[in-house]
Amino acid sequence: MDSTSLIEWLRPDWFFDLAVVSDEYNRGRYLAGLWMTIQLSVISIVLSLIVGAVGAAAQGAQSRTLRALVGFFVAFFRNTPPLVQLYFFYFAIGTVLQITGDNGRPVPLVSNFGWAIISLSLFAGALNVEIFRAGIEAVPKSTVEAAEALGYKRLQIYKDIVLPLAVRISLPALGTNLVNLVKTTTLAYAIAVPELLYVAAQIWSEDLNVQEMMNVLLLSYVAIVGVLVWVLHHWEKKLRIPGYGR
Amino acid sequence: MQFSVKQPAPVKGHLPVLLPMRSTGEAMPLTDKVFNLWTAALLFLACAAALVTPALAQQDGEGQRTILDILIEWTPTIGSGFAFNVLISVCSMAVGTVLGVGLGILQVSPLRIVRQISWVITQFFRNSPWLVLLFYCILLIPFQIELFGTEVPFPGWIKAVLGLSLPVMAYMSEYVRGAIMSIPVGQWESAESLGFNRAQTMREIILPQTVKRILPSWMNLYAVLTMATPLVSIVGVNDVMALTRAALSAEGRVDLLIPMYLYILCWFFIYCYPISALTRRLERKFSVQL
Repeated sequence: MDSTSLIEWLRPDWFFDLAVVSDEYNRGRYLAGLWMTIQLSVISIVLSLIVGAVGAAAQGAQSRTLRALVGFFVAFFRNTPPLVQLYFFYFAIGTVLQITGDNGRPVPLVSNFGWAIISLSLFAGALNVEIFRAGIEAVPKSTVEAAEALGYKRLQIYKDIVLPLAVRISLPALGTNLVNLVKTTTLAYAIAVPELLYVAAQIWSEDLNVQEMMNVLLLSYVAIVGVLVWVLHHWEKKLRIPGYGR
Repeated sequence: MQFSVKQPAPVKGHLPVLLPMRSTGEAMPLTDKVFNLWTAALLFLACAAALVTPALAQQDGEGQRTILDILIEWTPTIGSGFAFNVLISVCSMAVGTVLGVGLGILQVSPLRIVRQISWVITQFFRNSPWLVLLFYCILLIPFQIELFGTEVPFPGWIKAVLGLSLPVMAYMSEYVRGAIMSIPVGQWESAESLGFNRAQTMREIILPQTVKRILPSWMNLYAVLTMATPLVSIVGVNDVMALTRAALSAEGRVDLLIPMYLYILCWFFIYCYPISALTRRLERKFSVQL
């Protein structure tokens, strides 16, 4: 193979030949899909963290009923497929939860985007409950006792001693779960939320460039996950307590 | 308001006066009595019921079967669909485990380039969404291949099995690598001094010891994989999810939606919950007590 054909084979201009780069219409759709995926991910991550924190706090509560309820919630959401959960929310509850719109026709109360966020947050939140609880349990008893000896109140101990330590302990597991959550946002495809996979499928069914769009899609997700991993890693390093770990 | 001191532990020299005082038996303020979680939950349920009831009522016709009857009637269909899901999960688990163990061993290869390549493959498949990998396999593998001059059909579900086994392979590879790295170096050294070569050491000394460490994660991975199998319905394989949606459109009743989806969720829950419970028990059993 001589050098010209090698360069031709390598195609240095391949990047500008991509349908999502060269075609303005496709580029717009792709970027809208990317933005939708990022929105889905960020909102679900925040909500799942809230669900996790509230659930973990409830599991440390006095009331046995409350603890049992949270335990059931966690067990159920951990052991059923996220796709079926999404279908349950969107097709079952979403069909029933309808209000009368302006033109007298029934209009869904929550959009498909809303149901995707609710379903993803609850699924990831159930796993976060477990992760946070494990983190809280891993805080040494003697640290809590030392705080008690110093006259801290229960809430103060939780806020100033246990939580900061527990967050640091649970960060690695939390990172894995959040990466999983970002990957799970592709499920929103099933209820026609125009996220990255959905627009990619639209583009490849119109332009018949399945392989190219597939590669673009995979690389996009690897990039998004890469950014998230980088942020979490950075955060982990920043929060590191001297004298713990390596 | 009364105070009581936590019961002192039966340790000699453990003075109760050193333990913190906790207040108990405090009277609950009226606001907390009225605006607590229970009333909130009751209010929420009441609102939900008020929203749901009209939708149920408008479907009330004469001579309709009860929902329970319909569920029982569809149970054989759903059961066979679920069995298909289990078959897919078992097949992908088998393929993924074999590939993953191989890739995991390559990840600790003495050759640097092999280590790096297998690391990249593992990370790539571990960090891409399952659904995208599934689409990749479904759309890019031909629907039939020519083998020894004869056309062998390649049905969708086998492609789905391959698609699901790719992430399983990547996760398995990480587990195997972690487990091999956690075996003390002394095991390698003593095997070497007994005259084992690298392949023999790996096969007869290191890998058998990793089984115990991998088993809980492997079972957990199987549960995760089973919960991922409904994804194949999106790419057009007739699994339990596709059958359920067909059943729902055949019945065409709005009040059936919630019970039917809950029913499917229960099938998966009943299958996956024992696995995860057993996993947790094994984890506790094998864990090192500090």
